[in-house]
Amino acid sequence: MNDLDSKWISKQSNQQWFRKVASYFLLTFIAFLFIAPILFMIVGSLKPDELVLSQASTLKAFIPQQISLQNYRDVFERVKFERFFFNSLFINSTIVVLGLIVNSLAGYAFARLRWQGRSLLLLIVIALMILPFEAIAVPLFFQFTFLGLRNTYIAQIVPFIANAFSIYLFYTFFTDLPKELEEAARVDGASPLQTFVEIIVPVSKPVFATVAILTFLTEWRSFLWALMITIDEKVRPLPLAIATFQTLPPIQWGDIMSFGVMMVAPILVVFLLFQKWFVKGVASTGTKG
Amino acid sequence: MINQKTRSLNDDTRIAISMVAPALTGLFLFVVLPFALALVFSFTNLRLGSPLPIQFWGFEQYRRIWLDPSFRQALLNNALFALIVVPIQTTLALGLALLLNRPLKGMAVFRTLFFMPVVFPMALVSVIWTIIYAPGSDGMMNAFLKFMTLGFWQPRDFLHDPALALPALMLLSIWQGVGFQMVIVLAGLQSIPTSLYEAARVDGSDRWNQFRYITLPQLRNTLIFVVLVTTILSFRLFDSVRIMTRGGPGNATTTVMNEAIKAAFDQQKMAKGSAITVTFFLIVLVITLLQRLLVQEERTIE
Repeated sequence: MNDLDSKWISKQSNQQWFRKVASYFLLTFIAFLFIAPILFMIVGSLKPDELVLSQASTLKAFIPQQISLQNYRDVFERVKFERFFFNSLFINSTIVVLGLIVNSLAGYAFARLRWQGRSLLLLIVIALMILPFEAIAVPLFFQFTFLGLRNTYIAQIVPFIANAFSIYLFYTFFTDLPKELEEAARVDGASPLQTFVEIIVPVSKPVFATVAILTFLTEWRSFLWALMITIDEKVRPLPLAIATFQTLPPIQWGDIMSFGVMMVAPILVVFLLFQKWFVKGVASTGTKG
Repeated sequence: MINQKTRSLNDDTRIAISMVAPALTGLFLFVVLPFALALVFSFTNLRLGSPLPIQFWGFEQYRRIWLDPSFRQALLNNALFALIVVPIQTTLALGLALLLNRPLKGMAVFRTLFFMPVVFPMALVSVIWTIIYAPGSDGMMNAFLKFMTLGFWQPRDFLHDPALALPALMLLSIWQGVGFQMVIVLAGLQSIPTSLYEAARVDGSDRWNQFRYITLPQLRNTLIFVVLVTTILSFRLFDSVRIMTRGGPGNATTTVMNEAIKAAFDQQKMAKGSAITVTFFLIVLVITLLQRLLVQEERTIE
């Protein structure tokens, strides 16, 4: 290797090193912009109320000085946080679990069985996917008011179990599975339901995980419906609860921040633990779209 | 063998119907039926709690909302929102995905950090950003802008300023949503076969050309999808409006959904709310069909 070649190689690797450092620098700066509000919330929850606002314009907004859990105690004294938390958890888990059962069964029937009306109904399900919830919130509100089911768990769970997009995700996954899996079982005389439960489900963990995560993520954040259909604290879930709490006098920002921390911590922890699944699930909405 | 044949035709239909029934019943009762109701109500004067009997009103509700200044402003706001947020958020998502699509150490950490705001309920995001937008020099956003403009920025009350309220909502929407789109674009980037890039490198093409002629075309459908989803989300905007500004100051931040809920929920005007809802759906439908067309076009060319 001659002189010119080795000089060129070291120039390349210098450039590469510089690019690397610049990338990390840029990424860190952007990451800070993304994290700043979250950090602000966490640190604010540990500060006395007055300091949350007054220190917001300084770097002290991100650096706790005297850590105190008083705000967290205040929240529990002022409202029934446990109730809100239980409501969210109960409503969400029920929607997810029942949804997995109901939508996977439908997805399998569309994917693997031959029956009358299959193509037409599949087309309708796919067409329904574009309907956002907001397009039916108002009439749905009328339906449940008319039925006298305002302020119930039922109203917050039942409408969200069947989901066109979940059915579609199951449908595409099951269609891609190799047919040999079921053929052996069919020869043995197993019913489609048996085949589904004993053979298909065990190998379908990815799609079940994806649907579970996407459903949980969507429903945990639900605010509009809770606003319309709940009246008092009994069945009120977290997102609505923090919005009401924010206007509950006396307005103490430290308390509000700790309400927020407690509200988001569980799903944040779940996210951090199951990141790969989250990311996969979200990415798959893009490939199916 | 005879067993299998006789079972397949008949039984499949019966068992298929029973497997599909719960989901389809749910979809019918809670998606199709409400939508049909909305359609019907929008042609009446239905108002909950009113002693008057329901009357058929034809297109009167639609005529009224088109003349309603609040509704027109709402449409304008949603359109503005989409026109500004969609390009910014998509470009950001693409930029971040490109930055992360390298075999450098720690990329997963950054991906996590950028995605974190996505798991936050919008209600919580609204509450946090309300205090970030606090007026006066104590407010974080005011302080940040003062720092970035080297002292030129004067403190403003973002949420009560007709000119700044909507942009304020746009910013927090972008903050919350970019991570989601970024992950989708990143997946799209990672599905581009590296052989394409290798061939280009052998041909002597530089990074910019590789981006223009390989990356962008391969990402076309993914980007169109991201644009579609973000546009529709722009029209669905509700939570932050309701919690932070209630559509104010005046009508500066009202949105289509905010108007729908104001009508149907606050004022009990079910028919008006339904008409707005149906209009909203038509807008979403048009946008979606446009996207399908754009994607189909590419497929037939290939």
